This record gives sequence, C-alpha cells and structure tokens, in this order.
Amino acid sequence: MIIPSIFFYLFAGVCIAAAFMVVAARNPVHSVLFLILAFVNAAGLFILLGAEFLAMILVIVYVGAVAVLFLFVVMMLDVDFAQLRQGFLQYLPIGAFLGIVLLTELVLVVGAWAIQGPVQQAIASPTPPIVQVPNTEALGHVLYTRYIYFFQAAGVVLLVAMIGAIVLTLRHKPNVRRQNIAAQVERTKATAVEIVKVRPGQGLP
Amino acid sequence: MTVGLGHYLTLAAIVFLMSIELILLAVNINLVAFSSFLGDLVGQIYALLVLTVAAAEAAIGLAILVAYFRNRGSIAVEDVNLMKG
Repeated sequence: MIIPSIFFYLFAGVCIAAAFMVVAARNPVHSVLFLILAFVNAAGLFILLGAEFLAMILVIVYVGAVAVLFLFVVMMLDVDFAQLRQGFLQYLPIGAFLGIVLLTELVLVVGAWAIQGPVQQAIASPTPPIVQVPNTEALGHVLYTRYIYFFQAAGVVLLVAMIGAIVLTLRHKPNVRRQNIAAQVERTKATAVEIVKVRPGQGLP
Repeated sequence: MTVGLGHYLTLAAIVFLMSIELILLAVNINLVAFSSFLGDLVGQIYALLVLTVAAAEAAIGLAILVAYFRNRGSIAVEDVNLMKG
C-alpha cells in the first residue's frame, strides 16, 4: 500500500504547485503549460481513485482541447503581458486571507466528518466491483439510463457554446469573393450562353 | 459592499479564465473523491457534467475575449468598463 500513497502525494503536490504557478507565472504561455501540468496530475489522481474514464476524458478534453485553445488565444492576442502583470502582488494579502478562511473552514468540516448510516443508505447508484464491471462500463450503465436527460442537456450546452463561440468570432472580410449558390442555381441557358454568328473575314465588333 | 480592488486590477482577463478552470478542476477532484470513497457513481456523472460546462465556459469566455480584443485592442480588466454605471 506504500506505492499508491507515494503516487498520491506526488500527483497532489505537483498539481498544487502547478496550480500556484498558473497564477504566479510571468509569461502567460508558461501559465497555460502549468495549467496543462495541473490537469495531467489531476488525471493521475482520478486514476488513483478508480475513475479511469474521467481521467482519460480530462486528458482528452482539457489537455487536448481547452488548454490548446488557451494557448492559441494567448499566442494570437499580441498583448504586452509584462505590463499587465504589474501590481500583481498588491492584492496578495486579500487572497491569502480568503485562502486561510477557506482552509480553516475545510479543517473544521473535515475534523467533524464521518460517514453516518443514512448516507450509506442514500447512495443512488452504488459502484459495482471493479473486477466485474469496469469503470467506463459502469458509468455508461448509469449515465445512459437514469441520467439520460442530463446527458442530453450537456450536449445542448456544448451545442449552444459552439454556436455562440462561432457567432462571436466570425468575421466577414469585405474583399473576399465568395460562392453565391443562389446565383449559380438561378443561371439558365438564356442568361449564360449567347450564340454569335461570326462571318468569315470580319471578326467580332 | 464594495471591495476596493477595482483600481489595481490590471491583470489580463485570460488568467482569470484559467483560474476559473482550476476552480472547476478542484470541484471535480472533490466530486470524484467523494464518489470513490462513498461508492456512489453519481458523483462521477456530476463531475462529467461539470467538465462539460467548464469546457463550454472556456470556449465562450475565450470567444468574448477575442471579440473584445478585436474591438478595443486590449484585454486588461480595468479597460472593460463600457457597462459601468
């Protein structure tokens, strides 16, 4: 049992350090890379907890999509970030105070925490043993039956987000010649073809 | 109550978005940890939904940021005061 503990402290420590560096890094590109490091370590924590599907989703969705999106935007917006970060430490005391308040609350809650009997009875869908049903399969059994409407709602949220992002950032440049499908369909033989009789030796006027 | 932070918030808004992502990641770790130790799969389902919303929020936030940067040429938070009363 010593190996999982070692890996837990490794993942947790690196995750917290990377999360701190996201806020503290001078260069925003470094911030994004530390964000990716934090997500990868969180995925490691998820694997230690037995949630392999969520760990893989975290790696694919966050590291593969969201973090790269951040990276694109950081590199695309040519902002002078060094000038923006000035005065960063000025509100460190307020942040430290809030952090200490939250930590105190957490310690107080965890200190009095125990799993009582009613909690054990209130479990909605118990996790099946991992040797019989793998995590992904068990999650699918629950997600596609009892929580199908939540799944659909998540899909709608993603669709709305996609359309919103496109609408917000789409730009029509005025000088680009585009395909006009209506004009193409509207073309008839009369408007498109003209028969010209050319007499020999005279050419066209 | 007004917290007197407004006059020296000069950070780039993109760091705010990254911090929100970190907060939602912490929520997810919490949900999965309770799901694992209580033996209840619903926590992982909820974490999946939180992940979806976080991804959508990142996309929309970055799109707003890009649109704002095109219009104003800056993403400093202190410049975003068009709707200030």
